[in-house]
Amino acid sequence: MSQCPLSFRNVSMTFPDGTRALSDVTLDVAKGEFVTIVGPSGCGKSTLLKIASGLLEATSGEISVDRDRIGYVFQDATLLPWRTVRRNVELLAELHGFTKEERTKLAEEAIGLVGLRGFEHHFPRSLSGGMRMRASLARTLTLKPPVFLFDEPFGAVDEITRERLNEETLRLFEQERFAGLFITHSISEAVYLSSTVHVMSTRPGRLVASFEVPFGYPRRPELRFDARFAELCGQVSLALRGAHS
Amino acid sequence: MTLDNPSTFDFDEPSTFDLGEANVVEAGTAPGAKRSAKAGVAGSVLPPLAVGLFIVGVWYFISLVVLDPKRQFLLQPPHEVWNVGFADWKNFSTMLEGMWSSTKVAFWGLLIAILLGFLLAIVMSQAKVVERAIFPYAVVLQAIPILAIVPLIGFWFGYGFSSRVLVCVIIALFPIVVNTLFGLLSADQGMHDLFTLHKAHRITRLRRLMFPAALPAVFAGLRISAGLSVIGAIVGDFFFGQGEVGIGQLLKRYANRLEGEQLFASVILSSALGVSVFLFFGWLSGKLIGKWAGESRGR
Repeated sequence: MSQCPLSFRNVSMTFPDGTRALSDVTLDVAKGEFVTIVGPSGCGKSTLLKIASGLLEATSGEISVDRDRIGYVFQDATLLPWRTVRRNVELLAELHGFTKEERTKLAEEAIGLVGLRGFEHHFPRSLSGGMRMRASLARTLTLKPPVFLFDEPFGAVDEITRERLNEETLRLFEQERFAGLFITHSISEAVYLSSTVHVMSTRPGRLVASFEVPFGYPRRPELRFDARFAELCGQVSLALRGAHS
Repeated sequence: MTLDNPSTFDFDEPSTFDLGEANVVEAGTAPGAKRSAKAGVAGSVLPPLAVGLFIVGVWYFISLVVLDPKRQFLLQPPHEVWNVGFADWKNFSTMLEGMWSSTKVAFWGLLIAILLGFLLAIVMSQAKVVERAIFPYAVVLQAIPILAIVPLIGFWFGYGFSSRVLVCVIIALFPIVVNTLFGLLSADQGMHDLFTLHKAHRITRLRRLMFPAALPAVFAGLRISAGLSVIGAIVGDFFFGQGEVGIGQLLKRYANRLEGEQLFASVILSSALGVSVFLFFGWLSGKLIGKWAGESRGR
């Protein structure tokens, strides 16, 4: 268990107002593993990430992770509107006290990785939703975190952009091989990206089913139209319905 | 996993997508903006000009047609105001000196209000309890009818420059405090989380996140307060007659002597001062934050 860069042991969470968000969640994410949690909205999925990152304190249970080296991709791009793409991407390195040269180098690399070259000097408001999300990804990439937490990052963009971003996320994962924990309510997104899919129940969130995804990496977009892909999506969907009722 | 027909979904060709997004960006800003700017000149200059001419017309009508010639002194026609108030250098230079004196008062009042307002807002933004403790008094300060405390200010601080400045500060402070505080607290939770995750120091958070996030609201407050500080300078001058003669004193003098032309000219001058500080802060805000803060709301 201690081998894994991110692991939860019997984690439960009850908010001060009495809302039980999570109940007894045990979960490991190994290096080079992409784990996704699907669940209905409001089931406590995001709470799990907040606990992992230390933004929230779990009521009980154990979490082991190196909190200094977590990459957290938020639901929104959370770019600072007064900074250009480049300066936004530099932000985390800046907060961690890197020198100007190092920052510039890291930012340029990351911007290249997400395909935003040429947009370095644009302000967020002149970018499309998809491009903002990519800038946000680039910002997280600069610190080269071994653990990546994704909190429904592509929920607000249109379907076409979403599939595009899924492909780019995969490419980043295949290249960087971090330990990824991804939250979504899109089943096909979950299956497409992950090596393991967990299904979470409604509040209090519990992991009610787990699926190993039998496809290796690298994956290509055509996978979405594979019969086995559809079948697995069906199984996850069924488990999710069970979790709902 | 098998790939039966890879060519139809070639992932290694991102260029078409990227171009598509690039086009969206271009189309969203450049050509549309050009077109609206062209239409904007005619659209933004003509309507107010028409209303202005209409007002001058009504003014002439009242002055020359409605009023009996014996009572015309109540509202002199526009060209008389021009001839006596502006074209007569002796009168005009007196007014300009008065304006200069009042401008200095407004400037210092606004400057002090800005510094004090920022300080209060920053302190309040750091802890809810401080905000709760101070905010009611800011409201009280705002609610005090300035005329009611003018005599007190006179007793305590005399009838000169510093009392006039104090009136300005009292009038101009509240919008700065409220808008700056609102602005400082406007950064969204996600961004705060980001700074928390990376263990940003309180000062770092203030400098890198809360200050810049506050700027649009700060400028909105400054534009209001700048106008108010001009009013404050005139009100203060109106009541405190010691030292330099400002525009408030002149207004009083002209009114007492029934010098309608000069009175009108001073009113026009002092509103011009108010309008120009308003425009100045609008311009400054466009210059400093226009690039990222979206459309400027005022004109």
